[in-house]
Parts: sequence; structure tokens; C-alpha cells
Amino acid sequence: MDYLTILQILDSTIRLATPLLLACLAGLFSERAGIFDIGLEGKMLMAAFLSAAVAYVSGSAWLGLLAGIAASMALSILHGLASITFRGNQLISGVAINFLAAGLTVLIAQDWFRQGGRTPSLAGNARFEPITLPFAETLQSVPVLGPLYHDLISGHTALVYLAFACVPATWWVLYRTRFGLRLRAVGENPAAVDTAGVSVVGLRYAAVVICGILCGIAGAYLATALQAGFVKDMTAGRGYIALAALIFAKWRPWYALSATLLFGLLQAVALRYQNIDLGGVIIPVQVMDALPYILTVVILAGFVGKAIPPRAGGEPYVKER
Amino acid sequence: MDKMPKWADVILIPLISLLLAAIISALVILAIGEDPIAAVKLMVNGALGSTYGWGYTLYYATNFMFTGLAVAVAFHASLFNIGGEGQAMLGGLGVALICLFVPWPHWSLALLGATAAAAVFGAAWAAIPAYLQARRGSHIVITTIMFNFIAAAVLNYVLVNVLRPTGQMDPATGKFPTATHLPTLHDILSPLGIAFSKAAPANVSLIVAVLACVAVWLLIWRTRFGYELRAYGFSESGARYAGISPFRITMLAMMISGGLAGMMAINNVMGEAERLVMNAVEGAGFIGIAVALMGRNHPFGVFLAAILFGFLYQGGAELALWTSIPRELITVIQALVILFTGALDNMVRMPLEKLFLALRRKEG
Repeated sequence: MDYLTILQILDSTIRLATPLLLACLAGLFSERAGIFDIGLEGKMLMAAFLSAAVAYVSGSAWLGLLAGIAASMALSILHGLASITFRGNQLISGVAINFLAAGLTVLIAQDWFRQGGRTPSLAGNARFEPITLPFAETLQSVPVLGPLYHDLISGHTALVYLAFACVPATWWVLYRTRFGLRLRAVGENPAAVDTAGVSVVGLRYAAVVICGILCGIAGAYLATALQAGFVKDMTAGRGYIALAALIFAKWRPWYALSATLLFGLLQAVALRYQNIDLGGVIIPVQVMDALPYILTVVILAGFVGKAIPPRAGGEPYVKER
Repeated sequence: MDKMPKWADVILIPLISLLLAAIISALVILAIGEDPIAAVKLMVNGALGSTYGWGYTLYYATNFMFTGLAVAVAFHASLFNIGGEGQAMLGGLGVALICLFVPWPHWSLALLGATAAAAVFGAAWAAIPAYLQARRGSHIVITTIMFNFIAAAVLNYVLVNVLRPTGQMDPATGKFPTATHLPTLHDILSPLGIAFSKAAPANVSLIVAVLACVAVWLLIWRTRFGYELRAYGFSESGARYAGISPFRITMLAMMISGGLAGMMAINNVMGEAERLVMNAVEGAGFIGIAVALMGRNHPFGVFLAAILFGFLYQGGAELALWTSIPRELITVIQALVILFTGALDNMVRMPLEKLFLALRRKEG
């Protein structure tokens, strides 16, 4: 395997890790505030569809992005309504949202475009174009570092850079702001936050809305940057992989970056090679497909470190008992 | 004292939830420019208007009875088993192995063997998340979701590399031997003089599913274990204080649940396809969640809800065939049912409770 091949695999790792990273950070905000969210998949799917549809009609990827965020936020509010206001089961609400998105996207796509539940292909400004960073062309001839800069760091879409910038931003919000402190507290001990005179309901809705925004960007990235248009079920389990990455990262932003990069690498390798020959032992492609899930189960079981979720996660808050 | 009479809790709330789901579904159909009343007529005609339609409705209902019971049993122990999909896949693998490699003399024996194999495979697949929850404290919902994906990968590997006959392109096993083919409702009913469509896939597994409903009812309300299961589901600390082992309940509840989900395979793999294909389960494991919620976790409720969803499935297929409404409408209806009966339960319950309290105050 030569240097350029490795660069290509890493490049595709970054592309594939971006939606996982955004969805993972989305889940992080929600779950840190005590709202379990297994509806990441559905929100991404809804955003992917509406962003592609609006981008196609308007010819602007940025309008598409806004529409995607709006679609994902609508489902987020629904989740908030079910799990915060009506104190319903958060897991069941998440399952419902995933099905709602899986059904509605195809139903609406068929009604609007009549192409078997997909949007027409996007071209030109309806898609996010790769950005060439300054000096990438001139520095390309520099040995080792030149191709690294040109192939790996430069040449991604704006959303990729945005996703990576979200990691320090999330860290800063969670650990260096008053809002972040309260958000983390509301996921651990909502009664204490309530006693301090801060609205538990307000904080949790804020977390759910942030989750919606990030899922919206993730979905828009899938349909208008990674691929050119929406196809049925295009999230293909990425919401669940993001959930797995979140557990793998033990609900922390920088670990979320490494976990999603790892899972992105697994996807990139599985995409490029079918079966991997490791000196006589052949690893079938299905092992690569299942590896993120197996790793998560191992981590959850506490065989390698212990993943402890936020203490009040999944429990609706009742003010007075 | 309860805030509401029991009949309101058991009948009124599910009915109102279902009505809300139906109204929103009708609005969705209107929004895509179709006529909801015509759609309902078409669905009723297609699913219930002929023995062919009934045959498909009951075939789907059989699947959903098994997966609905699976979710319901776990719910009684306050465990949420989202892994029905994966457990049913593994059940299919069990059925395929036992049908392909054991020379069965008669279908009745093959059915017994296949049911056992399906249950064992499904139970084994549920036992790992159960053990991890009971002993290592990992969340059963997340592990069962992960196990769905792992099951898909396992099945993919086995079908592509092991069970696929040489020279065949699609990842599936060969046809099962003729001796393992199950009698359809046509075969069962025609000696009795009842004409039933020959083409419909409903088969003898329907009777197994109904028996399973009765067995689950007996298990939950008429046995010592069922009492312990419900006690554990109601209050873990209370059950622990009464000497009930949480480990034992978690393991057994999940294994029974997984076994039931796995048993679905005798219907779709053995009864209908007569071979194991990649996407045999077709989401029935997830529909089990909607069925259990709709049926209030009671086997009779599950039975009724399974037939309702069977009707929706067959009706939806007819809609897709005759109108421009895609099959995904059923996914939307299913989502709305889960949303209203599961997550937004309190939205219906809270005003109703207030209403009944006000009525009672008037009387008193």
C-alpha cells in the first residue's frame, strides 16, 4: 500500500466521518441534557430529503441546508413534546420518529418529483462544492507534506470544515459556559437544577433544538455534498452508528471526534476493499460492516473501560412528587 | 383509587390514539392529492374483500403476532426489546438449517423441529444482550439495536459464503425439500368444504401464532414466573425485596421474547418463501413494537392489533398497486400509531383523567 493510497483512504474517511460526527455531537447535546435520542437516523433522513428537494428547486445548496435544518428541527420539537412536555417514553418516541421519516420522505418525494421516491440529481450550485484551501496547488509538489495538504486537508466542502469546527465549539459550550454547566447538570440531577431556579424544561428543549440543528446539517451534507440528491433510506444506519460512536466516546466531544473517525475509517476500508487478506487469514467485508456495532457492545459491556451514561438520561422530570 | 375506570384505560385510550393516528394519516393522503375515503375503500376491498386478500392479511398478521408478543413479554418485565428484527433473522437461519440438513418425513414433524430451532436461535440471539444488561449493566435498548445490525452482517456472511448453492447469484439458500412445505389455509380448509384462495401465503403457522398468544397469556397471568415477571416490571426494588432474582427474570424474559420473535420464521421462511433470503423479515420485528403498544401488551390485544396491521400491510400493497400512493404510507401510519399509543400516551391520558375526575366530583 503506497502513500497515495493511504491518503485516498484517509480522505474518504473524512468524508464518511463527517455525517457521523455531526450526528454524534447532536446526540451528545441531547443525551447530556438527559434526553435519549434514538431518532438521530430519522432526523438526518428528513433533513437529507428536504435539503435536496429545496436545493433542487431553488438551485442553492445553502437554502437547502436551511430547509434541512428546519425539517430536522420539526422532528426534534416533536421528540421534545413527547418526551419533555408529555413525559412519554423517549425511546419509543425515537423509534416513531425514525419510521415517520422513513415513510414521509418517500411519500413526499414521490408526490413532488415522481421518480420512485428520490429527488432529481443535483448539479452546480445546488450542491456544496469542494473548497481548495490557499496554496494547495503550489504546495502540492512539496514531498510528503504537499500531497497531505492538497489531498487530505484541502478540497472538502464547507460542511466538512464546519463539522470539525463543531468539536472544539461543543467542548467550549459544554465545559466553559454557564449554559453548558447547566445542560450537563440537567442530565445528571434535574432536581438540583430546578432548585437553583433554572428551568429544566427550557434547558432540555434547548438541548433538543441544538440536536435538531446538528442533525439537519448532517442530513444536508449527505444529500447535497457527499452525494448528489436524495435516495430512499440514504442514511443507511448512520444515525445508529453515530449513537454507537457516542457511547464509544463516553459522551465527550473530543472522544466523539476520534470515535467517528475510527468508524469512518472502517466504512472507508469496507468501501474500498471487499475482503481483506491478512497474511492467510481473510477478513470478510461483513466483519468490517459489523465492527462498529461489535465494538460498541464491547465498550457498553465494560470490558474495555466503562461507559457511564448521564444519570438522569431517559427519565422525564416531574417537578413535584 | 384509580383516576379512571378500567374500561377507559383499556379501550378508550387506544381507540382515541388510533383515531388521532387515522386522522393525521387521512390528512397526509389529502396532502399528496389523493382521496382518503377512496383509499380506505380500496384497502378494505383489497385486504378483506376476497379470500385472497384475507390470505395475505392473515399471513402478515401471523408475523406480527409473533413479534408483537415478543415485545409485549419483554415490556411486562419493563425491558424494551428493539431486537426483534435481528432475532427473527436468526430464527430464519435456524429454520433454514433444520429444513435443509434434516431429512424430515412429514411436514408436521418438520414444523415442530423448525419451531424449536427458530425459538432456540432467536432466544440465543436475545440472551447475549440480556446477559450484558443483567450482569454488565449495558443498556438493553442500545445492545439490541446493535445486535440487529450484527445479525444482518452474520446472515449476509452465511448466505453469501456458506449456504448459497454453487452457481446461484442472489444471496439465498436453495429451496427447502418438499416434505417441509407447510399446508396453506387453502389446503387446510378445502377438505372442510370451505373455498379459500390457493395463491395466498397464509398457512398453518397462523394456528401456531394463535396458540402462542394463549400460551403467553397463561405464562404471564397464570404462572408463578409470570407473576414474578410482572412484579419485576412494576418495581425492580420491590421484586428484589420479595426474593425475585433480577438476573433470572431479565434472562428468561428476554429469551422468551427472542424465542417468540425467532418463531416468526416458520411463517415467512418456511411457510411462504420456502428458502431463506437476505431481507426475509421485512421490518416485521419493528412492527412488533407498534403491535404491542396498540394491544396494551395483552396477548388478546396483540392478536387484534396484529390483524389490524396485517390489514394495513395488505391494504397498503393494494394501494401501491392501484394508485400512486407508495407503500411507505403504511410506514407513516405505523409511526403515527407508535407515536400516539406509545410516546404521546399522556397527551390523551391527562385530559381524560381530568374529565373522569370532574365527572366523579359531580356525582359525589
